[in-house]
Amino acid sequence: MLKDITLGQYFPGDTVVHRLDPRTKLLLVIVYIVALFQAGGWVGYALVLAATVAAMALGRIRPKNIYNGLKPMLLIIALTAVLNIFYTNGTPVRPGWPITWEGIARAVQMVLRIVLLITGTFLLTYTTSPMALTDGLEKLLNPLKKLHVPVHEMTMMMSMALRFIPTLIEETDKIMSAQKARGADFETGNLVERAKALLPILVPLFVSAFRRADELAVAMESRCYHGGEGRTRMKQMSMERRDAVALTLGALLLIAVIALRHFGL
Amino acid sequence: MPEIRVEDLSHTYSEGTPFEKTAIEHISVTVPHGQLVAVLGHTGSGKSTFIQHLNALLQPTGGKVYVDGKDINADKFSRRDVKSQVGLVFQYPEYQLFEETVYQDIAFGPKNQKLSEQEIDERVREAAAFVGVDEALFNESPLELSGGQKRRVAIAGVIAMRPGVLILDEPTAGLDPAGCRQILDNILNYREKTGSTVLLVSHSMDDAARLADRLLVFDKGTLAMDGTPEQVFSEPEKLIAIGLNVPQAAAIAMELRRRGLSLPGAIYTHEQLKAAILAERGRRTC
Repeated sequence: MLKDITLGQYFPGDTVVHRLDPRTKLLLVIVYIVALFQAGGWVGYALVLAATVAAMALGRIRPKNIYNGLKPMLLIIALTAVLNIFYTNGTPVRPGWPITWEGIARAVQMVLRIVLLITGTFLLTYTTSPMALTDGLEKLLNPLKKLHVPVHEMTMMMSMALRFIPTLIEETDKIMSAQKARGADFETGNLVERAKALLPILVPLFVSAFRRADELAVAMESRCYHGGEGRTRMKQMSMERRDAVALTLGALLLIAVIALRHFGL
Repeated sequence: MPEIRVEDLSHTYSEGTPFEKTAIEHISVTVPHGQLVAVLGHTGSGKSTFIQHLNALLQPTGGKVYVDGKDINADKFSRRDVKSQVGLVFQYPEYQLFEETVYQDIAFGPKNQKLSEQEIDERVREAAAFVGVDEALFNESPLELSGGQKRRVAIAGVIAMRPGVLILDEPTAGLDPAGCRQILDNILNYREKTGSTVLLVSHSMDDAARLADRLLVFDKGTLAMDGTPEQVFSEPEKLIAIGLNVPQAAAIAMELRRRGLSLPGAIYTHEQLKAAILAERGRRTC
């Protein structure tokens, strides 16, 4: 069902990775992505892979969950692999074949790059609650407030959007069930018929989304919400020793990968 | 008229993920046709999960559901056909309204049953009459009606499919007392005229005591009690332990018994309470 969508889902837990400050994790993901794209040779990739596996183990993230998240991307990954295998110049695997050794190597590296990229971002969303994530983002972007960028408003919208994804999914589920109980059929028919069949879901969903937005606005105003000015937090974020350690490790990874690239590894 | 037979039904949500949750376990129950059954239990007791199995909206992770002797999950055709036999009205059904006019919205179900225009028209008018929706409203937008009217239009949308079994999940939630009474009267009227089986999920013990032939009490995903109101309400302590109320009359009778009045066991309506107290007084003065 719709609830099984894992993309961007948070798996509650109490591991070192879960307890890291969201700011640390956001910075680490950025460092991680830069490192990944700096990796030039096998040793570099191996290092990034090792870091990923270590983080997964520390965060107790099961490979199965990562795989479920990768599923929607399988087609793109496969396409990348095939294109790289056939369209890279070099020495053919056998004389006359269109497949080259360089092509295979490149394909493996590209696939590895995509998989690691997705895995890395999943590690962030799997171990950080959406609220913590947007709070962290707001704190990180705080300096931009000096330039009159509405950081608080933007992150507030983001956290609301994230907050209401599960609610709307649940709502969609309910409406679908109700319409199915009235004999609606979403699974058969041609494209036009299927698109038409969505109407009984979309109309009630929009109506309820507007109703919810209205109610939320009233609830916020009655609690005297007036933007980010002077707002304090119940959960204060604090950088701990583990954050320093994690950031140092991240920096070391980046330096190591860049250095390895320098030597062509 | 269909009979519902549930055998060893279990359902686990999100099996194999950290969110795995067993909603109901080993439920076995048979509802003969024509019965009015109240399904009771507090939030999260599994009653909503249970009723969604009766028209194959949810497929069991264990056990079977038979309607009219046929396994409703045998294939996708039986899963589709059962939806005409067993009509399910969800909680807050007004949130499912979507058509431009009241008429079209009530006609959505019969249209999906692929009936002729004439038959659809007949059923829409019949269903609207059952729930007291005036034909003058047929061309209004359902989204602009009052709360109670919306609710009745939505119920008509299910009744229009002429289901032999009508299941309603808290049909009176959020309505004022007059609206509640009206909806319940509509349902009783529908049952009387068509002889349908009715399953009513309710939080109101007084409604259950007054209306139902039989009570199913859910607790923590299992069927904790199953019997006539007389049987179930003769064990008020058990109901209270589950976290449910007893009807007002039963609560008063319990308190009177505690204070030394000897009243018979099964008292759950105001009439019974009155009769019992009068009888007891008659005995004392003699």
